[in-house]
Amino acid sequence: MKQKTLFIAAAIALLGLFIGGTLMFKQQQQSEVAQQVQVNQQALMRMHSPLIGAPHAKVTIVEFLDPACEACAAFYPFVKDIMAKNPEQIRLVVRYAPLHQGADQVVAALEAARKQGKYWQALETLLSTQQQWAINHRADVNLALPILSGLGLDMAQLQTDMQSSSVQAIIEQDISDAQALGVNKTPSYFVNGQPLQSFGYQQLAELINSALATPEQAMTK
Amino acid sequence: MPQPPNPDTNKTCTHDWCLIFIAWLIAACGTLGALFFGEVMGIAPCTLCWYQRIFMFPLAIFLPLALFPLDTKVIRYALPLAMLGLGFAIYHWLLQLGIIPATTSPCSQGSSCSEVSAQWFGFLTIPLMSVFAFALINIALLATLIREK
Repeated sequence: MKQKTLFIAAAIALLGLFIGGTLMFKQQQQSEVAQQVQVNQQALMRMHSPLIGAPHAKVTIVEFLDPACEACAAFYPFVKDIMAKNPEQIRLVVRYAPLHQGADQVVAALEAARKQGKYWQALETLLSTQQQWAINHRADVNLALPILSGLGLDMAQLQTDMQSSSVQAIIEQDISDAQALGVNKTPSYFVNGQPLQSFGYQQLAELINSALATPEQAMTK
Repeated sequence: MPQPPNPDTNKTCTHDWCLIFIAWLIAACGTLGALFFGEVMGIAPCTLCWYQRIFMFPLAIFLPLALFPLDTKVIRYALPLAMLGLGFAIYHWLLQLGIIPATTSPCSQGSSCSEVSAQWFGFLTIPLMSVFAFALINIALLATLIREK
């Protein structure tokens, strides 16, 4: 029947337009993101950023994270695992994108713990106990501090350092860099300056593996 | 009373069928367009957008059901939806133009209804497209209704 043909053709055309438009938009967006990152490469790494792994590793992972973000907590062991499998080859730079309410206070606590040389313990402790202090996507630093005190930190000093201008400057710099790079989700990964465009364990592993496989000279850091 | 056979059934487009088909076409465009703005472009729908979605999405589903076979009674269900949707769309458009002050807006959190998040050609905003879509659907449905009388 002709009416049915007309209807089916129209439906298929509309769906095709939708899917085609979606693919085109996504592709354009990805190239825009890549361009934005290219222009703002200097915003990717700062002298002040915490770094773990071999200092002159072939592969640099820059991770923008929010200590109160569930996906960050879920991805952290995964990244550590890849690093453990490739010793001396990967280094991890931590940047902050405190998107959750109250998360900037927790970041301040982390940076204060760093002044006492307990940064990575503090980060790992906070990520693994996240449910206890980040409830309903709201970070409560008053619940996080007692957990940190178990690490043997000087808590009075920590609270003073949290308010210090050097810690606040790091947070402000990271937030403005995150904006310059178009980071609006956490975790956001950049592997040797290349953004992880499609999010997932598999995609991240592929991006890291391809960086591990490329010949050395490409690094101009 | 047995219905007389419709002499038009073998043509591609009887008038009533065509009108309802056009109404569906617009509703389907509106539905996919709303999904594109929301899900693909990531523009968060505001409260008023949600109300317009409530009245647009069902039209895209049940109008085609009335096409095979043609059932003009669908107007009875479709027209109230289209009219309510038009009301919300006009309200939303006037709100964005600033004709209705934003303080009367029901939006308190999330994306603001009075904020213009996308604009083309200097005047074409999402609520205005919604006004056009709902208006055309209403015209098509009303035309069918008048022909029935």
